[in-house]
Amino acid sequence: MTCLPGKTDKALGLVIDLDTCVGCQACVTACKGWNDQGYGVPLSDQNPYGSNPSGTFLNRVHSYQVQPAEAAPMIVNFPRSCLHCTDAPCVTVCPTGASYKRVEDGIVLVNEDACIGCGLCAWACPYGAREMDADAGVMKKCTLCVDRIYNENLPEEDREPACVRTCPTGARHFGDLSDPDSKVSQLVAARGGYDLMPEQGTKPVNKYLPPRKKDRPDQASLLAPLLDIQATGFAGWLDRVLRKI
Amino acid sequence: MNPAPSVIIFTVFSGMGFGYLALLATVHDYSGIAAFWHWFVGYALATIGLAASAFHLGNPSRAWRAFTQWRSSWLSREAWGAVLALLALAPVALSDWLHLGLPRGFGWPGAVLAVATVAASGMIYASIRAVPRWHHWTVPVLFVAFACAGGSLLAGLRGPSLVALLVLGGLMVLYWRVGDGAFSRAGSTMGTATGLGTLGGVSVFEPAHTADNYLLREMIYAVGRRHAAKLRVLALLLAVVLPLLAMLLLPGRYGPYVAVPLHLLGALAQRWLFFAEAEHVVGLYYGKR
Ligand code: SF4
Ligand code: SF4
Repeated sequence: MTCLPGKTDKALGLVIDLDTCVGCQACVTACKGWNDQGYGVPLSDQNPYGSNPSGTFLNRVHSYQVQPAEAAPMIVNFPRSCLHCTDAPCVTVCPTGASYKRVEDGIVLVNEDACIGCGLCAWACPYGAREMDADAGVMKKCTLCVDRIYNENLPEEDREPACVRTCPTGARHFGDLSDPDSKVSQLVAARGGYDLMPEQGTKPVNKYLPPRKKDRPDQASLLAPLLDIQATGFAGWLDRVLRKI
Repeated sequence: MNPAPSVIIFTVFSGMGFGYLALLATVHDYSGIAAFWHWFVGYALATIGLAASAFHLGNPSRAWRAFTQWRSSWLSREAWGAVLALLALAPVALSDWLHLGLPRGFGWPGAVLAVATVAASGMIYASIRAVPRWHHWTVPVLFVAFACAGGSLLAGLRGPSLVALLVLGGLMVLYWRVGDGAFSRAGSTMGTATGLGTLGGVSVFEPAHTADNYLLREMIYAVGRRHAAKLRVLALLLAVVLPLLAMLLLPGRYGPYVAVPLHLLGALAQRWLFFAEAEHVVGLYYGKR
């Protein structure tokens, strides 16, 4: 079971737009909320109201500063979760068959009833996408909301991952990345979407869209001519008189 | 990586145990009660290690499932190797103890399985590309070298143990030298981890969370690396140099009595460093290694 399927029928995944993400952490909260009651054991917290709280999360949003060679630095908010890799190293190391990649849609899942909590898969993942639940002793990871996306009890517009549904800026997109005509694939093509740590050989399905180029401070604004306001009529006469005094 | 005591004890003791068992099965021919005690020590070391590894699991009651994925997982292969080796060696042990007179040749399959098990333990780490320092052939070879050295010291074989110790010393140094450049050779940086490196220099602006989490505890263990250089010298002295001198200078059976405990301490120090010095690429997201 933990041998990877050679080919999957679909490659469902996320496309995350680093240009639009404002780092509000809404996806983190929505993910934690949904996965507290959905697939598998709830995501536990340890000492949540104490001085050193800790807990299991499937999605974390980092914040980086990028300093281009000759421009002002930018802040880039960076959500990090499972990339549902094509060559997922987390799957092949699993001794129990608990970790697997689905043939039908490429989602990487953990069968928690078979997981012994050895943690080897978390070691094998370069992206820190897996966290062991300290209460249940089983491995937790993003399920791509497998219990939402096919759930016919939910209204159609809710059948996407909770993080995508909740993102207030539309920075997260969900779809089939193996279909070149899908919206997400076209977005990746148009915006130059890229893989994280390609040198690790995992062939991630999820893609990231780079921040767009920012204006240079020395570049004149397009609105500059409009800013040079010349007073006319009575105001113009007043302007001239006052300037003379 | 977090140097969890259970895993350190497991790899050191079971490695030594399997090395010793392999030698008992092929080289030695103790008999009667002496054989019983020697085999007992071998089996005890190997199984104490296995039991210690179970403490590392979140759900030990399901441990039997670890036998199912031998096709892809080195951890599963190691589990099979351990059980098969212990089973294959049992007739030899019984024959030695009860004078059944099984030819020495019967020990070989079990001995090969024992060494293969140790190599499989090493492969668990060597197969993890996300920890560049581990992702190298020297790791399984080093594990086997420790098993050979520990085993032959326990068995009190002077000649073989001297050779095994010298080879082990060389490999320890080689592993450190290769490992020191491994992270940069792997080519992962905060720039490739975020993909933002093409735009400019990347640094952490705000952490994703202010308290710790599983990743920071398990994979981003930066404590104690400060003394790594000193510990390396200590590990080399204890595991190789002092046992070597003890075996050379002390008469007869006293050599092993001194050499084995020293070697064991050295092996534990080396294994602690093996984890504490290993940096996981996920640390790049946190700006910590
Ligand atoms: S991101 Fe990590 S957990 Fe997810 S499939 Fe890739 S290697 Fe596995
Ligand atoms: S922690 Fe669970 S899912 Fe991960 S490798 Fe171990 S048994 Fe498999």
